[in-house]
Parts: sequence; structure tokens; C-alpha cells
Amino acid sequence: MTVQKQGTDELLGLDKFTVDEENAHIVLDKTACAVCNDKPCLVVCPAGLYKLNDKGEILFDYAGCLECGTCRIMCHQLKQWKYPTGTFGVSFRFG
Amino acid sequence: MEDEKFDVIIVGAGPAGSACAYILAREGKSVLMIERGDTAGSKNVTGGRLYTYALELVESNLYKEAILERAVVREQIMMLSDKTGLTIDYFAGTNMEERMPQSYTILRAPFDEWFAGKAEEQGAMIAAGILVDELIEKDGKIVGVKAGGDEMYADLVIAADGVNSSMARQAGLKKEWNGHEVGIGVKEVIELDPETIQQRFNIGPDEGVARAILGGTDSVMGGGCLYTNKDTISLGVVLSPASLAAQKRSIADIYQDFKMHPAIYPLIKDGTTVEYSAHLVPENGWNSVPKKLYRDGFLMVGDAAGFVINTGTMIRGIDLAIVSGVAAARAVLKAAAPADVGQLYMKELNELQLISTMQLFAGWPQITGLPRMSSVYPDLANEMIGSLFYVDGKLPKRMDKSMLQILRKHVGIGQVLADAWKGFKAL
Repeated sequence: MTVQKQGTDELLGLDKFTVDEENAHIVLDKTACAVCNDKPCLVVCPAGLYKLNDKGEILFDYAGCLECGTCRIMCHQLKQWKYPTGTFGVSFRFG
Repeated sequence: MEDEKFDVIIVGAGPAGSACAYILAREGKSVLMIERGDTAGSKNVTGGRLYTYALELVESNLYKEAILERAVVREQIMMLSDKTGLTIDYFAGTNMEERMPQSYTILRAPFDEWFAGKAEEQGAMIAAGILVDELIEKDGKIVGVKAGGDEMYADLVIAADGVNSSMARQAGLKKEWNGHEVGIGVKEVIELDPETIQQRFNIGPDEGVARAILGGTDSVMGGGCLYTNKDTISLGVVLSPASLAAQKRSIADIYQDFKMHPAIYPLIKDGTTVEYSAHLVPENGWNSVPKKLYRDGFLMVGDAAGFVINTGTMIRGIDLAIVSGVAAARAVLKAAAPADVGQLYMKELNELQLISTMQLFAGWPQITGLPRMSSVYPDLANEMIGSLFYVDGKLPKRMDKSMLQILRKHVGIGQVLADAWKGFKAL
């Protein structure tokens, strides 16, 4: 298949992840999200993990996180940002 | 009781950590390097390339064993408008053996794993798959780290944990970055057979291209890069998160459009994307390096200290990481007492000219960050060059008048002069 325009879901499917099903390494404060006007998370996450639902609420799934740290820098309302526990998360084969 | 105590604990097995661990272990120090990835390199991303002079500081001729991709023989600058592209191609010569310093394209997963393995051969202990949770402080001195339930102790803890360094923040030496000080790098690694790469880029086997790209980012501040590896191409953009947020443009969307640009796509066509990655890059140079890089029992190296220089044509991070790792190792070896290490580290950074080099380029983020750099000037350059090749049989305008007209269409003369003055001052 020749290289083509792809969505983040497809692209993340190319990467190797070991998801820590027990512990989320990034935790949002949904009440802060509800009153946040700017929502920079929607555009700065390279993995496109921050989405809006029909009601305009933020949906977030930590499973495809590329561990870049941008959301921590751009959002000051996160309840928690840390790297996944050792051995979990993304494993780049090329990097 | 302190059941196990090392001379040095290094947090993070990237190039800074491994360079430091290699030298310390070689000189007989007990070194523990803790890495959160399953293997060293599995969490790391580069554009990218390595300037090999830095490995020479670790051990002479070490670069000859390193897992490198291609020797960079073509240095290119590309400017993109919506539909056109202008490329400056500097052929730097093929006689790489005689040309030091030289640079090679690299991929971090194989490179970092190799480098950490070399440190291990020298006697450093590597604990992979372990995330360090916090520093242990006693009487105002950093004495070790906590990881999971375990505590490990050392005379010195070195934070080599990268751009997101939680160690440096916990030690109270690094403020959180703001959205103007970093760039988000997004990259696809695209598999392509070596012959096709060599034909498309006019290079021989083992020879490579490094290309810096301006424009094509939908006016969002930042730029792109392309590096040819052995049988892959690294194609990426590095964009300002503050600029993305202000313009409400998604980095993932911009990158996909950039990849499909009519002047870029033919370079990667028929290739297969094999990985999608992202990483933060310190973009503000010396002015974002913390005023203090050490405290009792603790110091910072590499991205954790913010050691990156980007002039647009030279993007240096891995080499500076290695240099700072070397400086830290030398400081440890020279210190008569553990308390002397911090000051000696600064002295070594000075002697290796890392600090003076960063200071020399301190103003450059003012230039690379000019708002007109990401679209106005690339558009202007494309239209001006394009006009030199345009023939339609009608009477052309005089060249000086047509150039002035194109200039005025894109930007005011006053703005150009203001940017030129700002650029001149920044140098």
C-alpha cells in the first residue's frame, strides 16, 4: 500500500502499544473541561485523543498516547499527567 | 539501612545518559542507569541526525560501530507555497572519512539501544522497564530515587529523563515549559527500498539527505524536516503548540496535508508508513535553560536541561545531549568530594564550549519564530523564483518592477525591514 493521507486512529494502529488497563497515566478534571472555552487539547494532541461528543463534552482515551507531554504543557487543569508505569505505553520500533 | 548504594544513578538511557554512563563505568565508577522503556530508545524520537564529533568525545572511533543510517552529503532547504516548492541543495561532498565533523541520519530506537548496550559493556548496570517515580531528598540533598516500591541510593543522581524531565521539576530547578518554548514534533517513518531513495535524492549507497522545510504548515509557526535513512524516510513537522492553539488548527491534520503536498508526496510515493510518532522539542534555546543546572547530589543533562539549538539549518540536540553527558562524567571523575560535582559540571560544560555555543545562538529563536517565516516568506520566495521561469509569449514586466510588485503583494516594505532589523539584532 502506498503512503496516503490517514487519520490518527489508523496511524496509531501501526504503533506498538502495551496498554495499562488498570491505571490511566493522564487524568482529566471533567468539571474544569466543562467550563474551558479554549480547549487546546483538541488541536495539540498529535494522537488526536481528545475529542468532543455530541453534547460538547471532552472525551479522552489514554490508550493511544504517544507520551509527548504537550497536553500537560497546554492544559493546566489536568488532575494527573505522568508517564505510564514501566514497560507500559508506546514502544517505538524506529523512533 | 541503605542496602545498595551506587556512585551515580542516571535516570534515562538516552544519548546523554548513555554517554555519561559509558565514561563513568569505563573509569571504574558504579553506575545504575534506569530506563522506563522496555529497551533504551523505545520511548525516543528524533528528526533526525547525529553530529558524530560528540561520540568522539566519549571514545575515539566509537561512531564507526554505531547504528547509523546514512552519511549526510546533501544539505537542503525547502520552501513551500500552497502548490509549489523551492529547494536549495548543497552538495557537501562524498569524502566522509576525511571530513570531520560529519553527520549521519539516525533512528533512535536502534541507536539508543546500541549506545546503552555499549555503556553496559563498560560495566554500567541498566535497569529497563522501570519508571522512576520520585527523588529521595535528605537534609536538603538528593540521595537517591524511588521506583515502584524500591528505593535506590547514590552519591549523585543525574536527570537524563528528557524534555518532560519530572526529575528536574521535582528538584525545583526547572519550571514547567510554556507553549512558546517547545515545539511538537510529529513524524512518520516511511519504508521505501534503498535504490528508490538513492534515485529520488540523487545519492549513493550509504549517502543521505537532510532537508529543513519552511512553509506548508498552514501558517502555523514551525517547520518540517526530511531525513533519508537506509530503507526508510523520516518525514516530520515541528509546530508551536501555542500557535496551533491560537489558530485552532490540528497538528495531526496539518501534518497529513504537509505529507500530501505536491512537492513532498512524490518523494515518499509508493512507500509504506511503518510508524507514527510524536515528541516535544525544546525550541527556545539558551533562554529556556534553567539558571541553575545542579544542586547537592543532583544535576541535569541533555533535553532535561534544555540543551537544543535550532538555527533552521542546524538542529542540534542529540550531540549536545552527549556533550553534556560527557561533561557530567568528567565532573564526577574530577570531584574530590561529591559536593564539588555541580560546579565542576558547569566548568566542563564551559570547556566543551556547550554553554558558549548556546549563548551564541541565544537570539535565533527570535528569527525562526518570526510570524512571517512560516508562510509569508516561503510564499514570497516561491513566487519570485517562479516568475524567473515564467514565459507565456506576452510582453513581460521589467524584472525589478515585477519583483517589487510580488514583494508588495505578500508583505509591506516596512515589515521586511522590521524583520531584517530584528534578525540582525538577534544575531
